[in-house]
Amino acid sequence: MIIQTKSDIIPSEITPKEVFENRREFIQKAGFGLLAGAATILSNPLHAAVVTSGATEGAGRLIGRANAPAMFKPGGARQKISNYTKTQYGAGEKLTPYDDVTTYNNYYEFGTDKSEPAVHSRLFKTNPWTVSIEGEVKKNKTISIQDIYKLAPLEERIYRMRCVEGWSMVIPWVGFPLADLIKWAEPNANAKYVEFISRADPQQMPGVNIPVLDWPYIEALRMDEAMNPLTIMAVGLYGEQLPNQNGAPMRLVVPWKYGFKGAKAIVKIRFTEKMPLTSWMKAGPTEYGFYANVNPQVEHPRWTQSSEKRIGAGLFAGRIKTQMFNGYTEQVGQMYAGMDLRKNF
Amino acid sequence: MLDFLKRAPNKTQMQWIKAFVFALCLVPLVRLFWLGFHDDLSANPIEFVERSTGFWALFILLATLALTPVRLITGRVWQIQMRRMLGLFMFFYACLHISTYLWLDFSFDWTDITKDIAKHPRILVGFAAFVLTIPLAITSNNAMVRLLRERWKKLHRLVYLVAILAVIHFLWLVKKDITEPLLYAMILFVLLGIRIYYKSLVNRGKTKDTTSLFRQTT
Repeated sequence: MIIQTKSDIIPSEITPKEVFENRREFIQKAGFGLLAGAATILSNPLHAAVVTSGATEGAGRLIGRANAPAMFKPGGARQKISNYTKTQYGAGEKLTPYDDVTTYNNYYEFGTDKSEPAVHSRLFKTNPWTVSIEGEVKKNKTISIQDIYKLAPLEERIYRMRCVEGWSMVIPWVGFPLADLIKWAEPNANAKYVEFISRADPQQMPGVNIPVLDWPYIEALRMDEAMNPLTIMAVGLYGEQLPNQNGAPMRLVVPWKYGFKGAKAIVKIRFTEKMPLTSWMKAGPTEYGFYANVNPQVEHPRWTQSSEKRIGAGLFAGRIKTQMFNGYTEQVGQMYAGMDLRKNF
Repeated sequence: MLDFLKRAPNKTQMQWIKAFVFALCLVPLVRLFWLGFHDDLSANPIEFVERSTGFWALFILLATLALTPVRLITGRVWQIQMRRMLGLFMFFYACLHISTYLWLDFSFDWTDITKDIAKHPRILVGFAAFVLTIPLAITSNNAMVRLLRERWKKLHRLVYLVAILAVIHFLWLVKKDITEPLLYAMILFVLLGIRIYYKSLVNRGKTKDTTSLFRQTT
């Protein structure tokens, strides 16, 4: 056969990580720094897949440590986003360090320990990627991640993120309002809710083989929440493409809700008339509600919700008070007027 | 080949073994200082220290509770001499654990702490476990053993309750993946189960009482 079809072999099976990295280190030490990337790609087409899939983060770091020219960046690894605009959101907030944002992740598809996603997601393939739109829409359609990038101008939003476990971060996301994607999706008049379905690939995501949650991961928003200008689809952080462990290529960010609402690696968006049942609602209906708004008044059976630990603040920083709607009441409070937030937690 | 394990160590050997176990028990603490000094306590250092000290308190507690089952099964007794030291190390790590919670985590904000204990069964259970270890630590010296005699034995049975509470405290902490706390719950189950099994043998008169078993092999 002349036309080469895509291999089913996952990159991690091709070359053991150590061998792969050592090889790069060897090439680098031999003084071929600039040529190394090209050589790797040329020497074996299978490695090309690895290089372009954002998998070479380890190799990228190795090179970075050796002070290689900044222009040499293997494709996918810590790639800068060139065209986004800064916004006023989060002005004056102290950012959580990049290393903390990218090594302390709740992403059970790649393991339940917070340090696991950064390690296990290295070889996760985010290109090609398509998102399908279905449910209460004019017609079902799909869109590639490349076309999503072009859907709306990218902007930087510095948001606080409060995890239900009692810690928080301040993250400079790069993304676009979810409203823009929804307008493109053309939901019909029956659409009252939007459901976000994450990728669940047992081949690439070791955690999916363990029934910790009912895979795939499902999150959802009410239509007005989804259309709120604060709600964004993030495709990057710190001015770079979203690292795999943070939900590449595209994840939801809803800053006034607990972090678990932010579905990662979204492959499907479904519009529904009835309130969807989300993964965490299924897993613990008494602990996790549909709304999951940050609310210091409503206690969680496990964790204190009235205060939080700010990641990156250090061992002796103590706690800070948690704010209603994570401090975004002005922008979102009116959506819940008249609702009993104790019942609708 | 493993003859040396069957023989009870002599006094000098025992001192060396104790010194070794003592040093071993300090490793988790030294590690925390090392990591702290190198700014390597993860992104959430407070939680890291809380988890680590809590884990080692539970681990050492289970080790303490394993000494008697070893005696019951093998008839070997010398390891029992390690019990007080291990028990006190458990208390030491439990103290570090709760200090981290009260100081580093909650900055001694007693309103918040009371609320946290009252509203979260997990914290309440852990707190109860800690409180119950205090009388055990206080009565751990020889004078107290002599003073309390039979009552000392009864009092120190509290350790079983402490262990059960500690395991529940760990189980309730975990959001979803309960593999690890479940493992420790199972270990505790086995350790307590062995005791109950031997006790039932004694009660049914099927074996000599365990104390004579103990004498026989010394």
